[in-house]
Amino acid sequence: MRVELRQRSADSRLMVWLSPLLALLLTLVFGAVLFAALGHDPLRALYVYFVKPLTDAWSLEEIVVKATPLALIGVGLALAFRTNVWNIGAEGQYTVGAICGSILPVMLPEWQGPLILPAVLVCGVLGGMAWAAIPAFFRVRFGSSEILTSLMLVYVAQLLLDWLVRGPWRDPEGYNFPESRLFEADAVIPALAGRLHFGTILALLAVAALAVLLGRTLKGFEFRVVGAAPRAGAFAGFSERGSILAALTVSGGLAGLAGIAEVSGTIGQLHPSISPGYGFTAIIAAFLGRLNPVGVVFASLLLALTYIGGESAQVALGVSDKIVRVFQGAILIFVLGCDVFIRYRLHFRPMRRAAARAEEAP
Amino acid sequence: MTGFEAVILTIVTAATPLLIAALGELVTERSGVLNLGVEGMMIVGAVTGFAGAQLTGSPYLGVCASMLGGMALASLFGFLVLRLAANQVASGLALTLLGLGLSGMIGEAFIGQPGLKLERIDIPFLTDLPVVGAILFGQDPLVYMSIALAVSVSWFLFRTRPGLALRAVGNNHDSAHMLGVHVIRTRFLAVLFGGACSGLAGGYLSLAYTPQWVEGMTAGRGWIALALVVFASWMPLRAAIGAYLFGGALILQFHAQAEGIALPSQFLSALPYLATVAALVILSRDRWTARNDSPSCLGQVFVPDR
Repeated sequence: MRVELRQRSADSRLMVWLSPLLALLLTLVFGAVLFAALGHDPLRALYVYFVKPLTDAWSLEEIVVKATPLALIGVGLALAFRTNVWNIGAEGQYTVGAICGSILPVMLPEWQGPLILPAVLVCGVLGGMAWAAIPAFFRVRFGSSEILTSLMLVYVAQLLLDWLVRGPWRDPEGYNFPESRLFEADAVIPALAGRLHFGTILALLAVAALAVLLGRTLKGFEFRVVGAAPRAGAFAGFSERGSILAALTVSGGLAGLAGIAEVSGTIGQLHPSISPGYGFTAIIAAFLGRLNPVGVVFASLLLALTYIGGESAQVALGVSDKIVRVFQGAILIFVLGCDVFIRYRLHFRPMRRAAARAEEAP
Repeated sequence: MTGFEAVILTIVTAATPLLIAALGELVTERSGVLNLGVEGMMIVGAVTGFAGAQLTGSPYLGVCASMLGGMALASLFGFLVLRLAANQVASGLALTLLGLGLSGMIGEAFIGQPGLKLERIDIPFLTDLPVVGAILFGQDPLVYMSIALAVSVSWFLFRTRPGLALRAVGNNHDSAHMLGVHVIRTRFLAVLFGGACSGLAGGYLSLAYTPQWVEGMTAGRGWIALALVVFASWMPLRAAIGAYLFGGALILQFHAQAEGIALPSQFLSALPYLATVAALVILSRDRWTARNDSPSCLGQVFVPDR
């Protein structure tokens, strides 16, 4: 038996949405095998990982808290990837957003009032945009691959944060822990309920805005054309450079907003581990959500579940928390693999006939 | 040993993993496949190499295990992008994420264990020669292997028929296919070679550079190796020169600290990453040459029509 790929005349619209579901199913099978290999009862382990967190209010809330930065970064990345811009340095833009947003609360803590919170958020967005503008500028001006430059800047951003919280921004009353002073009340994003804060609303607004932009406006069409067919875009008079710059800075700004929202709304201060890899997990959210803003929301919730499920499995089964990354990586691999069904039909042919036909061919 | 010798020795050991990984990726990219999963294959190689050495008691078997670890991940990548025609950039990222997770899980049992070190070679008289002795004759075996690898990859690509076929596949897969070259098979082998090299580079880190397992110990070296391929404009011998330059940037921080340069350590640690960005920008300034050098079919999907 020989399996061949036959290109479909048009992409299968059904498969666009079935493929992630199939990928999730395969991830569950993979998870069962993995748990069995680690010596756990696979069904119970999968229940603990993927179902138990959905059964109590605390972890449901925590899922939304973790999905918020993922969705904010993920929609921005969806826009960038659609424009064929490979911004994989969102983790760095998130970090710099968190740093820039913290400038006012850390350096001018005595400044209070209703204006401080908007100022903090704007600083965060600008920080993320500026950090993303560096690879964007290098790409349009010199043609350097944004893949490598944006990623290298992640390490630089993390070192910058590390230096700040251990050096100039270290809280003098913090018993020498590497952390900044706590944000004053006016600089903290107000809570909705429990640990949920208004950042989640901001994320939903960003999703709605990008859904309208991409699906309903000429500008969004421009991004998609430049991404899918740059030559066609050039003939239509769309600026490729403009789209690349815009896609990178918008995705960077959203990542920056995610960073400052997490620091101001959830953590309350800067410290070296403000992110469990949100910037990288959001790449998975973008693909799992079909590079579609609304899809990204669901994907973010699911990936947030993998974080919480990892904690749940660590407590109940004693498995390593590294399993979270394994699951997240596996989801992306299965999604990418299953996407073959969108553009191709699998064609099965017995070996002998294939060989015979090859001989007939001139 | 003088200070100068020590600096050269550390540059060589810092450059060797970069060189090995870059040579592997160079061959992969020459065949037209962009594998961004170098960092993931490298970290898996580091942990399987360390585990292999601990379990068998032989650092040489550890080296073999590191190559197998890298190849296992590479074959997954090859299946995705070659058989299933998946997007290469995204698949490479997925490989890195999966590799970081898997290595963390496998390595958990080995944290804090003292590792087995791949010993440096010691030839009587020669190694004791002043100035050049330790540098030329006192390295560990993988250092010599990496230089031999650079020369052999160069010879293979530009002086042999299979090397010509591999470059043809990377430059124009349709023509190569018409001429009867098996595009998918060639690419799969190139991807496997890249995986073995990346794994070996990781193994070098956990068996020779710092003989221990630390989570995330590759610290972006896989990405630097990717940049190195661009820096070398896909030429193996230039990759060797580049690797030593980058190795210099990597260890500059330690010596700068020892010299008491009054910069925060984080700034010095950021140097290699900034140097990589700078190198990429300077190199791509001349767009004409940059475009001319890269394999024309890099990153493009090939699905045989029959």
